[in-house]
Amino acid sequence: MIKFRGRRLELTDFMMFFIGSAIVILVVGGSASTLAAGKYTARQWTDLIVYGIALGSIYALIALGYTLVYGILRMINFAHSEVFMAGPFTAYFLADALGKSGFLDRYLVVSLISILLLSMAVSMTVAVLLERIAYRPLRFAPRLVPLITAVGASFFLQYFFRGLYGPNIKVYPEIEALKGSVGIGVFNITNIQIVVILAAALMMAGQTLFIQRTRVGKAMRAVSEDKQVAALMGINVDRIIMYTFLIGGALAGAAGVLYALMFKQVYYIMGFIPSIKAFTAAVLGGIGNVPGAMLGGLFLGLAESVGPNLFLDGLGIPAPYQLKDAISFTLLVLVLIFRPSGILGERLAEAKS
Amino acid sequence: MQTSLASNKSSLRAGLESGLRFGLIGGLVAISIALQGMIQTFSVRDILSGILSMGQSVLLLAYFAMAYLAIRRANASEPSSVLAAGALSGLIAGLMLDLLIWVGGFVELGSVFINATPQLYDLLTFNRGLAVGSLIQPLLAVGAGLFAAVMQLIPPRVRQPLSVGLATILALGFFQDWMIRTVDNTPATIRLLLRPVSKVLYAGNGMSLAGAGVAFLLVAGLNYLSGRRRRAAANATSKLSPARARAWRTAGIAGIILLLLLLPILLGIENSEILDNVGMFLIMGLGLNIVVGFAGLLDLGYVAFFAIGAYTVGVLTSPELGRAVIIQNWWVALPFGLIAAVFAGVLLGVPVLRMRGDYLAIVTLGFGEIIRLLAGSDLLKSYLGGAQGTRVIARPDIGPIQFGLHQINLPLLGAVRLQFQHEFYYLFLAGCVLTIFIATRLKNSRLGRAWMALREDEDVAQAMGINLVATKLLAFSTGAFFGGLAGAIYASKLGSIFPSSFNFLISINVLAVIIVGGMGSIPGVVVGALALVGLPELTREFAEFRYLLYGAALVMMMLTRPEGLWPEARRKLELHEEELLSEGTPAPVLAES
Repeated sequence: MIKFRGRRLELTDFMMFFIGSAIVILVVGGSASTLAAGKYTARQWTDLIVYGIALGSIYALIALGYTLVYGILRMINFAHSEVFMAGPFTAYFLADALGKSGFLDRYLVVSLISILLLSMAVSMTVAVLLERIAYRPLRFAPRLVPLITAVGASFFLQYFFRGLYGPNIKVYPEIEALKGSVGIGVFNITNIQIVVILAAALMMAGQTLFIQRTRVGKAMRAVSEDKQVAALMGINVDRIIMYTFLIGGALAGAAGVLYALMFKQVYYIMGFIPSIKAFTAAVLGGIGNVPGAMLGGLFLGLAESVGPNLFLDGLGIPAPYQLKDAISFTLLVLVLIFRPSGILGERLAEAKS
Repeated sequence: MQTSLASNKSSLRAGLESGLRFGLIGGLVAISIALQGMIQTFSVRDILSGILSMGQSVLLLAYFAMAYLAIRRANASEPSSVLAAGALSGLIAGLMLDLLIWVGGFVELGSVFINATPQLYDLLTFNRGLAVGSLIQPLLAVGAGLFAAVMQLIPPRVRQPLSVGLATILALGFFQDWMIRTVDNTPATIRLLLRPVSKVLYAGNGMSLAGAGVAFLLVAGLNYLSGRRRRAAANATSKLSPARARAWRTAGIAGIILLLLLLPILLGIENSEILDNVGMFLIMGLGLNIVVGFAGLLDLGYVAFFAIGAYTVGVLTSPELGRAVIIQNWWVALPFGLIAAVFAGVLLGVPVLRMRGDYLAIVTLGFGEIIRLLAGSDLLKSYLGGAQGTRVIARPDIGPIQFGLHQINLPLLGAVRLQFQHEFYYLFLAGCVLTIFIATRLKNSRLGRAWMALREDEDVAQAMGINLVATKLLAFSTGAFFGGLAGAIYASKLGSIFPSSFNFLISINVLAVIIVGGMGSIPGVVVGALALVGLPELTREFAEFRYLLYGAALVMMMLTRPEGLWPEARRKLELHEEELLSEGTPAPVLAES
């Protein structure tokens, strides 16, 4: 009997090995043929790389929200995409008003910071309310229950904000001062990308310091280690969980504004695709692992920007850019199949979930 | 009531505190309802013609619900405390809504909140201006709160008929549009009978006062009488003999079958379309129920199988894509669609065999999105039609019965045009019957028990000798089979399919159906499909808030009643295990429900 089952498992292992090697061959072959054809110039590649880093740092910010919550509650906060959407969608009205009055161009830094703060505040509020209303009562429920709640909450929030602000796509104002670009070595970076990368790096550094240096950060690490023991040490676990959602919300709100600066558009389902990718990034880096989320975000951003041109184009696929989302999803599926613990992760998907 | 003054006071205080708390929540809820635009949308029609608009009754329901919660939380038997909790929660909720009206009167909110229009304020203040009008909402809210308190205080045998009567009036009022349209579309003989009834019930823009009164008295009276009879019957020990019970059962089933067969003819083409939708989601719901409900594997990409079934049948039968071999018969293409879906189920199943819970949910979600992206991409455009979709899909004609053409080709008489438009209803009905049959048989089979063991504890199930690989793959492929079936019928019904129709919303919709109905419960899925797919179609105003309400329903259901509307007995036990243990009561017998 055991032998029989053992053989069957080997069969699936064999199939997975086959799938995996097929994909590796496709990727390598596609990349080689693109590079050999020399279809793109070096300048195009460097542009794509910079774009990928900027995009990746936004993904990393969102991914931190997933990873922090997962580290503490062992659940995927499915509604994090709406936490990400709520901030910039609300802050649009401030940005629009500032842009129309000309304040935005005159006092750029003050305006950007106030937009960022508003967005963060809204996202934090949504995150905390979400935790309080939807997740806290279900802390000891069977696993499927909070997950379905999260899916429901995500939907509710999407359509709630659609009802509040309307279903139309809203366009962030063009900022004159951020229109140019700067050349650094072989790289040519637009001003917006500089702002995005710098802001994201600052936020991540702040978050890391917070977790490593402050009392609350220490408590967060303790709670993620063991809730019961942390409670015995006098840590108010509920409050620490609330702080976790607060930080995740703040990072998501900031990421949202950066995303809106890059892509200009905000609307009620804007959170869905970036958040799935950010989740992919979190898993890539090993969910629950903070540096992993940052690394995973960058990797995913690069894969998404360079990938379609690099290996899909080489395979002779028409309009490869259409499939950039499919790349991320495929990557997610592959990571979960072949290395569920992620690049840096120590936790196993099957052991913990 | 011989309580001391001190406990009396503390009980009143508990009432006030709870009233304050739920009043604040109620105020937020009321403001949200207003800003979501529900009031404008629903105020198009009245519940009671000229007296109570649908929009205002939504608000009243919210006040009432919050007062009810406040009273429940106050947990007091003192009438003063109950009344205080109800009235205070209403007052605060009403005042908070006033706050919106006042702020809106001075600040231009409309540029941010699209629904904060002058029309909204006019509706909330009943066109009486800011000063007088702002008294109205608090007064109404206090009224609703006091009403909730009174309902709590009166004895149950009065309360029940009263609430059933009121609920009937609300339902009749909300669904008036549908009722009137349906009566207009029924066959002439039934229309003759129902027309006068609808004429009495509805007048002008809503229910007539007389009609509502008669309906209320009728329903409440009947309920009161039946309640008395039931109580009397509970005392006596008369029970149906087994033979008679069986006879009743057979008669009931025959009646249901007859009703199902006649339903579209009785209700007209519009309702037949609604029922088609219900049927489609019922088939998908039962399929997903096997994966999520039976085996406990959360699949968020169920739409993929739906899409694969639809696309396979579409591509095989569509002449538009310019391939040489085209199957012209839908029935021949159907097995290919089903096989493709099952194959996809296995294909998805193999890699995710070792994943559990959250990861599985995300991977399946990704799978669903990949299928949709691929279908819409230029890569497969020559096979699937890209963003333009696949068109001119064969209809499931059976011999002389041609679907959607409203005519029957008879061998000797040639084409005869008939006023028959319900072919797809019967196709969906047949699909549902097949699906329900298979699902019911599977549930109590060896495989079904293995799935449930898997859901409860994978490791223990494996230790008990269940082959995890085979069991999981069978769950995925069986679920995929039904998804493919629904997709195949859907493709044929619409005649053309587009990648955008296969988005994430469908997966969520199906998930909501089984969650609200009751995971793992087959009658629950039927109830869920009727409630979530059928009911919103009955009031057109609902459609706009459909997904908002789905989301809220999912959350509320998980918070208050995770076992669903019509729960499966075993599931209910699982979810309430701790409560049962802590109460120290013996676990109820499984066969009970």
